[in-house]
Amino acid sequence: MIKGNVYPSGSHVLADVRQIWGRALADLGHADGRVIALNADLSRATFTDLFKAELPERFFNVGIAEQNMVGISAGLALKGKIPYAVTYTPFAAMRAGEQFRTDCCYQDLPVRLVGVAAGLSPAGATHSGIEDAGIIRTMPNAVVVSPSEPKMVEKILKASLECPHPMYIRLGFGRGEQIIYSDDYDFVLGKAIEARPGTDATIISFGTILSDALKASEIMAEEGISVQVIDMPTLKPIDSDAILQAALQTGQILTMEDHNIYGGLGSAVAEILAESGVCCKFHRLGIPDQFAHFGSLPFLHEYYGYDAAAAVKALRAMLS
Amino acid sequence: MAETALIAALKDSALLLRKQLLRTSLTGHVHLGGDLSSADLMTVLYQHTLNVDPQKPDWDARDRVILSKGHGSAALYLAMANAGFFSPEEVISTYGKDKTKFGTHPCRRDCPALDVSSGSLGHGLPMAVGIALGAKLNNDSHRVFCILGDGELGEGSNWEAMVAAHQFHLGNLIAIVDRNMLSLDGKTEEIMGLDPLDAKWSAFGWNVLCVDGNNVSELVRALDTLPLSDSSTPTVLIAKTVKGKGVDFMENVPRYHSGSVTKQEYERACVQLDEARAAEREADA
Repeated sequence: MIKGNVYPSGSHVLADVRQIWGRALADLGHADGRVIALNADLSRATFTDLFKAELPERFFNVGIAEQNMVGISAGLALKGKIPYAVTYTPFAAMRAGEQFRTDCCYQDLPVRLVGVAAGLSPAGATHSGIEDAGIIRTMPNAVVVSPSEPKMVEKILKASLECPHPMYIRLGFGRGEQIIYSDDYDFVLGKAIEARPGTDATIISFGTILSDALKASEIMAEEGISVQVIDMPTLKPIDSDAILQAALQTGQILTMEDHNIYGGLGSAVAEILAESGVCCKFHRLGIPDQFAHFGSLPFLHEYYGYDAAAAVKALRAMLS
Repeated sequence: MAETALIAALKDSALLLRKQLLRTSLTGHVHLGGDLSSADLMTVLYQHTLNVDPQKPDWDARDRVILSKGHGSAALYLAMANAGFFSPEEVISTYGKDKTKFGTHPCRRDCPALDVSSGSLGHGLPMAVGIALGAKLNNDSHRVFCILGDGELGEGSNWEAMVAAHQFHLGNLIAIVDRNMLSLDGKTEEIMGLDPLDAKWSAFGWNVLCVDGNNVSELVRALDTLPLSDSSTPTVLIAKTVKGKGVDFMENVPRYHSGSVTKQEYERACVQLDEARAAEREADA
């Protein structure tokens, strides 16, 4: 497991993951001529307009046609390119899901499908990405990764240049996520990061919900409970060693994700634990299996019970 | 080769392909109707039009072929085999068998000489657009040929790709529609009509060529006069064909969309095909 250096509590800086992603993608394009950016009429919303301005000959807007975007990406990969096709999460994983599965994963092509604004959305259920990671996790050859804080996008994009397989990159909502780590850690696809050591319980989190996991661990620390926080940016291939080590060491595992409770991190961790023979307490926090109401993100996370307060409540119950 | 000799050789090769397809369907589940409708087209492509090298299937400058109607894989493998890519006997004896290279839909993992894996309809043209776009970015001069079934044009992704090919000025992209007028459930025009198909492609900004897709001479003429690959308008060849072409009890009969044939059906079909070709030779002489 990689050790992450978390900035001290209270010093968190907010950043927009989409803005950092847009800059990082353009930088990647400058660094490597194989990089192509594609989008489906969302270049401003996905910040790929930076790439368009700087590298217009390798930028393609296919219009509102996600299936076509992913099929074209597969064709470009067959010509030696590394395409980054970006759109909102549900349209990436579901509208173009079969193209990603059949054109990209079946042929094991280095297409990067990028879903932005993952998780519940103030725009409602049509724009919420609650099933995406679970769906794509079942596609052979696919790598599924989600940065847990805005700056990690840069490390993921750098790693994506070397990955020969199709990747699904799941970006958080992008309206002011916390920068959590100082830059001096190595990011490795498939490896968990220990964001905070602890001995009494473990939170494993997927994506930008990490900030809530850390907050919950701080609240528990004030009560004298030491909660380890494991950041699991790569959902597939998952770092099963890190999960089992935590189960053996703390015996209490809580998972947190901005994704349907079915199919995502909680399910993946449960699969590992159930087959391991390691006995531990286990609880999952995520979006309940329902289509959500409209509302702001803090409201939605609280209402559906997977924010820091919900994690504290779950930990207290597990440890009682 | 003088034109008459070329046409005669291609017709002989198409006859061979049809008989190979029938032999394959003695023991395998073959999409025979559509394979027979595309047999002349696949023969002309692999024996005459395509710039490919069977000794170097991964040659970078080769023309690319995407069989979007992936259920026509037997016709593809055998046309490639007759051009020297594989042993025809290997294709016939292993098609669709356990762990075969020659599956019932094309798979690059199992058969690396293929350019694209296909099978799910409506996926080929978007990938062909991507390959053609990549070729333009690389300044490669090869063409990209995408063979579509007419029934598969029901998939909206084709129409998304048609718009994009025009928008991206892909003169190196050639779509070929095997217009046999039948899909699995029956007549395309009764299920979900496509006509006027030529006007639709034309309205999407493509060059449109309409030919008799079971007429070797017409196919050669059309494919010999394609726009240059560095031109800016994609071309579609609407090849009007007959499903089950060449075997009277299979022609336009939806039941022969896919399946196997009996020994009696096989022998009867081969006699018909041989007699028809012999009569043609006599008429040409």
